[in-house]
Amino acid sequence: MKFGVITFPGSNCDDDLYDVLKNTMNCTTVKLWHKETDLQGCDFIFLPGGFSYGDYLRSGAIARFSPIMDAVIKHAERGGYVMGICNGFQILTEAQLLPGALLRNVGMKFICKNTYITPVNTDTVITSCLQKNKAYKIPVAHAEGRFYASEATLDEMKSNGQILFKYCHPDGTIDDTANINGSIENIAGICNTSKNVFGMMPHPERAASEYLSNTEGKAIFESILKNVRA
Amino acid sequence: MPDTFLGIRKLLNWFNVTKELPTLETAQKLGLLEIEYERIKQILGRTPNFTELSIFSAMWSEHCSYKNSIIWLKILPKDSPRMLAKAGEENAGLVDIGDGLACSFKIESHNHPSAIEPYQGAATGVGGINRDIFTMGARPIAQLNSLRFGNINLEKTKWLLKGVVKGIGDYGNAFGVPTVGGELYFDDCYNVNPLVNAFSAGIVQTDKIARAISYGAGNPVFIVGSATGKDGIHGAAFASKDISEDSVNDLPSVQVGDPFMEKLLLEATLEIIATGHVIGIQDMGAAGLICSTSEMSAKGNHGMDIWLDKVPTRQANMKPWEILLSESQERMLVVVKKGQEKTIQDIFDKWDLHCAQIGVVTESKNLRFFMNGELVAEVPAYDLVLGGGAPQYHREYKEPEYFRKYKKFNINDVKQTNNYKDVARYLLSHPNIASRRWVYEQYDSMVGTANMTTNAPSDAAVVHIKGTKKALVMCVDCNSRYVHANPEEGTAIAVAEAARNVVCSGGIPVAITNNLNFGNPYVPEVYWQFVGAIKGMKKACEKFATPVTGGNVSFYNQSADGGPVFPTPTIGMLGIMEDVSNHMTLNFKKAGDLIFLIGYSKDDISSSEYLYSYLGIKESPPPHFDLNEEYNVQELIKILIKEKLINCAHDVSDGGLFIALAESAIAGNLGFKVTSDFRFRKDAWLFGEKQSRVIVTVDPDKEKEFMSCLKSSRNLLTRDENLGVEIIGTVTNQDLVIDNELFFTTWEASDIYNNALAKLLE
Amino acid sequence: MKYIAEITIMPLKEILDPQGKAVKSGLSNLGIKNISEVRIGKHISLEMEASSKEEAEKNAEMACKKLLANLIMENYSYVVKEA
Repeated sequence: MKFGVITFPGSNCDDDLYDVLKNTMNCTTVKLWHKETDLQGCDFIFLPGGFSYGDYLRSGAIARFSPIMDAVIKHAERGGYVMGICNGFQILTEAQLLPGALLRNVGMKFICKNTYITPVNTDTVITSCLQKNKAYKIPVAHAEGRFYASEATLDEMKSNGQILFKYCHPDGTIDDTANINGSIENIAGICNTSKNVFGMMPHPERAASEYLSNTEGKAIFESILKNVRA
Repeated sequence: MPDTFLGIRKLLNWFNVTKELPTLETAQKLGLLEIEYERIKQILGRTPNFTELSIFSAMWSEHCSYKNSIIWLKILPKDSPRMLAKAGEENAGLVDIGDGLACSFKIESHNHPSAIEPYQGAATGVGGINRDIFTMGARPIAQLNSLRFGNINLEKTKWLLKGVVKGIGDYGNAFGVPTVGGELYFDDCYNVNPLVNAFSAGIVQTDKIARAISYGAGNPVFIVGSATGKDGIHGAAFASKDISEDSVNDLPSVQVGDPFMEKLLLEATLEIIATGHVIGIQDMGAAGLICSTSEMSAKGNHGMDIWLDKVPTRQANMKPWEILLSESQERMLVVVKKGQEKTIQDIFDKWDLHCAQIGVVTESKNLRFFMNGELVAEVPAYDLVLGGGAPQYHREYKEPEYFRKYKKFNINDVKQTNNYKDVARYLLSHPNIASRRWVYEQYDSMVGTANMTTNAPSDAAVVHIKGTKKALVMCVDCNSRYVHANPEEGTAIAVAEAARNVVCSGGIPVAITNNLNFGNPYVPEVYWQFVGAIKGMKKACEKFATPVTGGNVSFYNQSADGGPVFPTPTIGMLGIMEDVSNHMTLNFKKAGDLIFLIGYSKDDISSSEYLYSYLGIKESPPPHFDLNEEYNVQELIKILIKEKLINCAHDVSDGGLFIALAESAIAGNLGFKVTSDFRFRKDAWLFGEKQSRVIVTVDPDKEKEFMSCLKSSRNLLTRDENLGVEIIGTVTNQDLVIDNELFFTTWEASDIYNNALAKLLE
Repeated sequence: MKYIAEITIMPLKEILDPQGKAVKSGLSNLGIKNISEVRIGKHISLEMEASSKEEAEKNAEMACKKLLANLIMENYSYVVKEA
């Protein structure tokens, strides 16, 4: 089991993610430079948060054409695991490995704070160690995180169990006031139809250390280790 | 029109037509004094041409030369065993933090650019301060900022604030360094001239420190980063001019920031420094290329030949002086060991960055600038720079009329209010006191996964140094109302409060950086404030053993119509926490804990937000402050934290004891029940801002141990037997109760406190 | 030949445009009351060499489709003219 964390120009959560995978979860992890064209035999590829290419034009739109993305797309098509967090999620929707798009937050401001999310489908590689109806405190930091998909796409996603996380209150209830960025149906994280490509706006790597007094994001990494290692 | 930029344009046209050498009149239009012009002629042994005159005007401007402040800055303490680079020696101060690591940190202002274009002004301020840090080889790990605006009810203030906050956020967030703390004040005195001070701190291995120096004849000189445009030409001089409505027309002096470029520059810079092939490197800030070439050369006792036509430009047909003085952002000058050009080039190619050799280091001590083979300027590096030939002036100072008047304030002339609840509500929602949430949620405060205060709030920011047990503890502080009331005392309070915040968070104060925001130094009453502030800072820094590692002076913070701003010497303090298990937080932990007030109370409401804003009495001295008492209180807090005897610590500052208690309750989602002290006026006890006080909570099981620790620490606080420590109440599950009167439910207080700023701004 | 493609990219009609909404209320605060809708998009101008106008249009079309617009949330239009 080998993890790869891609560094795009402007990525800024690559080190944080690498640190959690390597030092907290004790996994073999390498950093992959966006100009490379092979994935060095990695089984699970992470696209980290940040501002790839300065978020110019649209978040993720330019990084989606980085040389390494051809290999990432092929990896995903072969059933390999790919997960994007924040800007990584935006890149994956731009590359159409994930459905929908991420728009400017309804409040139009960048938001960085602790939020609560609850798993909708606990039957996937990244959510199996999570408890349904439980709220997990995991922070967000984005200006363009409002998930949007057409009605038809959304229906399809629902019937396939592709909606993974929703924004909620600390007690797990889901309503409009918990919807920090105006995402359609409070959606905070999704996967593709074959459930090997994942994307979420909140940052689990920012909630995985005793130093930060918050380890609620670790359950996501534990799920991955449990499922992918086995 | 007193417009330097247009003035230069006109002069240049004239010069191009006549090819005559400029006169004293030109020099004066460039902002040089007659004696300075004469000195330049003496230094060169001839009459300077226009390019040379522009060079001197930029380098001898207030911004680059500190000519009106350096004499006084020299009296500040600079030494401590931890100091690796002293004030003024490098781009930023450098402090040894053990384990083979050093911390580089600095604060810098971008007041005038932000007054005109708040978004870009603030953004480029953030960019500039971070470049100062990473050009030393340090990776920035934390940013703070100190902001001051005018009356919050003015539309202009809202526009400025929103622009500044968005500018700081958009730049810092993309750059990928967390903004972990700061301060925000409103006062009418900042209506025209807001203050925007940005602080950054970074970590470097002590064997990878880079210097701002140039030597070794034949070594190539590179310019890297963005192309050079006609940005901020004479921005340095612009920064040294009184601001007026007319300056709005100076818009070309405002620069546009590119955080994406800065992020690439950061990574590439740290990579080239790690190769060991870099002789020296400096950011291009104020006065651009001329500043970095002269400062690096002067420090290394060498010269340079620079081919200006090799500088990549964004605009066509740029004149030599435009290239030399351009302040285009995200550029750096790098001197590399000869023969290693390719190594360096390859790294910049990897990051898709421009990198061009524009010159070579020479044996001579002169800077020679060529354009298409023609020598366009030749100046000695040493004579341009601070510490070299740049002028230094003593300025006249005089105690202002108001000072004596303020001292006459007597609390007995103020009738006590009988509506404490109304005052409490007023203060909780006051824009100078209410939660800064509306601001800080727009900043990425968590990138880097090292900010320990996200889920464990404390008086200062605490940032873990990964791979160690240590943390940096940082804050920015200055109550400029106090400084205005008494510059010496007020500045000592600013240093003391910064130290108190560091100590209450579990850190040990180590050093400070200062951002001295004042009015026009040629006004003797303003200069008196400056001199007083320096004296107060010296006194306090010596007491807390926190040398001044550098910083920034910003004069001319005044409007043509409104007089000077409050003197605002912002203190950026760096502390160290040797072991993160000493991290102390400010939130109440559990019902039943005993609340103690450490430090004496007094019948003192001077300069409090209560007196100044609620009662509208503007003329009073700063609150009572005694440096020795302050020191003792901080020493006692250090012991209590080390002995693990307290559950929380929060200093009493703006809004007084009531606000301190409310903040701890709101942060802990708990309540309190306290009894006021009959020996004092109740308004003074609740809302007075007498200094050197801290509230702490103690587990009832540990009360005995706590009391005996106080006893054994008696020699610290020597005024009387009980060491100035009083039990004032207990933590409860909910409700803020004083003398058995319910002031607010915790939920209500929290709602008022947390949403006040948003309500005022949206 | 040198051509310039003037490209307009707009958020899809059905998608909420918070920026447009805010500007609309700003206009109304200014006293400009009769505005029924504001939507904010992007204007991009491309300068290019092409052998014919048709080729330039093909390039502009490709640029829009592949990179400049995200068809899930935006549509585009362009006008190509000789520089």
